Amino acid sequence: MADLSIDFCGIKSPNPFWLASAPPTDKAYNVVRAFEAGWGGVVWKTLGEDPPAVNVSSRYSALHGKNREVIGFNNIELITDRSLEINLREITAVKKAWPDRAMVVSMMLPCEEAPWRDILPLVEPTGADGIELNFGCPHGMPERGMGAAVGQQPDLIELVTRWCKMYTRLPVMVKLTPNITDVRAPARAALAGGADAVSLINTINSITHLDLDRMVAYPIVGGASTHGGYCGTAVKPIALNMVAEIARDPVTRGLPISGIGGIGNWRDAAEFIALGAGSVQVCTAAMLHGFRIVEEMKDGLSRWMDSKGYENIAAFSRKAVPNTTDWKYLDMNYQVIAHIDQDKCIGCGRCHVACEDTSHQAVARLVEGNARRYEIIDAECVGCNLCEITCPVEGCITMVPQQTGKPYMNWTQDARNPRAEVALDEV
Amino acid sequence: MIESLQHLPPATATHAALADRFTDLAPSLTARQAAIESARCLYCYDAPCTRACPTGIDVASFIRNIHDQNVTGAAIGILKQNIFGGACSRVCPTEILCEDACVRNNVLEAQPVKIGLLQRHAIDNAHFDTHPFQRAPATGKTVAVVGAGPAGLACAHRLAMLGHDVVVFEAREKSGGLNEYGIAKYKLPGDFAQREVDFLLSIGGIEVRHGHILGVNLQLQDLHTRYDAVFLGIGLGASRRLGLTGEDAPGLSAAVDYISTLRQAQDLAALPVPRRAIVIGAGNTAIDMAVQLKRLGADEVTLVYRRGVEAMSATGHEIEIAKQNFVHMRTWAAPLEVLLDAAGRVRGMRFEETRMEAGRLAGTGAIVEIAADAVFKAIGQTMGKSGDGGSLDDPLARELERDAGSDKIHVDSFFRTALPGVYAGGDCVAPGQDLTVQAVQHGKMAALAIHGDIQSISSTSFAAGA
Repeated sequence: MADLSIDFCGIKSPNPFWLASAPPTDKAYNVVRAFEAGWGGVVWKTLGEDPPAVNVSSRYSALHGKNREVIGFNNIELITDRSLEINLREITAVKKAWPDRAMVVSMMLPCEEAPWRDILPLVEPTGADGIELNFGCPHGMPERGMGAAVGQQPDLIELVTRWCKMYTRLPVMVKLTPNITDVRAPARAALAGGADAVSLINTINSITHLDLDRMVAYPIVGGASTHGGYCGTAVKPIALNMVAEIARDPVTRGLPISGIGGIGNWRDAAEFIALGAGSVQVCTAAMLHGFRIVEEMKDGLSRWMDSKGYENIAAFSRKAVPNTTDWKYLDMNYQVIAHIDQDKCIGCGRCHVACEDTSHQAVARLVEGNARRYEIIDAECVGCNLCEITCPVEGCITMVPQQTGKPYMNWTQDARNPRAEVALDEV
Repeated sequence: MIESLQHLPPATATHAALADRFTDLAPSLTARQAAIESARCLYCYDAPCTRACPTGIDVASFIRNIHDQNVTGAAIGILKQNIFGGACSRVCPTEILCEDACVRNNVLEAQPVKIGLLQRHAIDNAHFDTHPFQRAPATGKTVAVVGAGPAGLACAHRLAMLGHDVVVFEAREKSGGLNEYGIAKYKLPGDFAQREVDFLLSIGGIEVRHGHILGVNLQLQDLHTRYDAVFLGIGLGASRRLGLTGEDAPGLSAAVDYISTLRQAQDLAALPVPRRAIVIGAGNTAIDMAVQLKRLGADEVTLVYRRGVEAMSATGHEIEIAKQNFVHMRTWAAPLEVLLDAAGRVRGMRFEETRMEAGRLAGTGAIVEIAADAVFKAIGQTMGKSGDGGSLDDPLARELERDAGSDKIHVDSFFRTALPGVYAGGDCVAPGQDLTVQAVQHGKMAALAIHGDIQSISSTSFAAGA
């Protein structure tokens, strides 16, 4: 079996699956259950200055799919609502009982040097393996000048990271907010401040849905609501992109990344790792199904690694990064055309109406008595993938690469580009 | 109606106990089940289920509405095409129509979306403050409809929507036709048929006159003269005869007569119930009959058919119901003789075994006797001949052109008979199958034809149907 263990900026863990800083890592009881279930590590829910935060009721809401599966999850909880002393005591006890697991402590303090200088020395004696700076929480805390309010200002990120590096010997991981235009800026700032790693993404500002009778969004507190932080399956594509942006940025390339955002199974984890993550953090999936999911995640990941001949995580880590590039470097001469496997086609007509109404009129509907046959009009197909996406039968529509006989040519070399960097005769 | 069975003992169970056996055969979906099932619909384009529905219900659309928690919108989408959408959701053989066509019925899944149950969910849970369809401005025309069954009432409802007034003439005490009198009680239980008729009539502009029998106290000639158009939705009035001696003996009756009596019975315990019974036939009526006898307490019910199971017109679903109710099936046996006891009452039947020989059904000479206190014929119905109380005792109706090779009224593709101004639909005409949903479509299409024809008469000088 493949070796799932990792060494993430000096933090060792028997597998790359960590629980993210959130309700599942709120206290010893939960964390012990997580370790019993097999999680490789946890990021203990965010510690702050006393007195601890006070939470409201209710706190969560969700976007459901057709079968009430949770697509996206939203919360308005604040950082820990327990005292610093209790948290530190529990962290110490749990780490002592589970020495092989990664114990990272999430922290959020005001943008002043004193609190960091005072509290960081209290964390180190717990035996924790590292700290994570919560610069991402998008709800509640930013109104008090913390969380995403810091994460949205690269100069503050650099400043606080520098203090942390000054007052603790533990690895410092900076958790980034996605509520920003270009995630590379805060990542570069963290690196400049001396961060050992970044973790991303924190949650995205969100309102999931409304009670249309009461005319108020969820979660409802009294008669009102507020925006929360969005996570779960729905945010995975956003998180993957941000991880890739940092992984392939010349400035931050090589900076360890702990990937977070909609990871619910081994395949999600493998994707984050292939795009540059060295560990992955999970929250929503565990909140919906319990800690036991790690069992299938570990089993699936190691079996897939075995099937591919990857002996350890490093063997496929960042493997998809070189294949993630700017649009302008894509091959303009590459061409795929849809193909419908008539033996698999069930005749639902979705490919036809999708292409006919919204794309390139490249799926013909042939009426044969009471039957219908759908066929690709090769000359009209631009290879957009829409039919393949809307087809309900897996493997029925495939996108077939065409032999164009033309060499690789990107937009910077393309004669149709008025700003082409290469003259036509050079291509 | 079943005088020939009066010598049989009444049911042994109480009315309440029997009534429990005639509640809904198939349970309805819960809201949660409907949510899950509706999520399975792929919202096909040019959907095969809609093409398979005789009334052309936009199935994908109503299912999407159910899923989006717009149940009333879903119901209106159904009723727009089929005003008997409630009855049809219960009696339609969906396994040979929409659900057979469902793309999820492909080899890999073999599990169609439960369209029938979803349709029922929509109709049963819709909420209407008023009738959901509005009448067009009055045209001043009045159309006569003969027969208040699915065809006649569907026609009347559509005509009323189009702004015409309608007078419906019905022979029996209640409206609804086969929905009221002919469907197995456990498929349309309670007063469902009457509530559906009431809903349909609430559009206004439709007057139903009961006790009017074509050829007896109602003349087509009169209607033709007095109304702007006439629609005949008279069904099939006469049960086919076996053509055997003893056919009129006590103990032998038509399945449709017994079912009608059963459906109208105030006291199920008072019904005559044979201990052993034979049902002859292979259609859904034969199954309905056999299963209902079992539920009334008959010990042995044998369904006898002269061909094999594969040739039965009853659907696989119906045959399954018969099996679940412990109905015996005796195939490859043709009726030979009704056996009578000393008092001249049915004591059983003699059959000759059959087989296929060179593609034709032939007797083998082997004889089978089955003992029974009662025999029920479910071998189909016909228009009937003049003088036997059938549908066409009326002199003008009798003259209507019939289809070659059958006695059904000949109509064109717009449900016009050979007589201009007279239209017909439902079981008394040939197109399609003898299904409620087919009758509804006939009535609806005939109404559209009538509307076009009588409007053009008033706006131009062209004769209708010319």
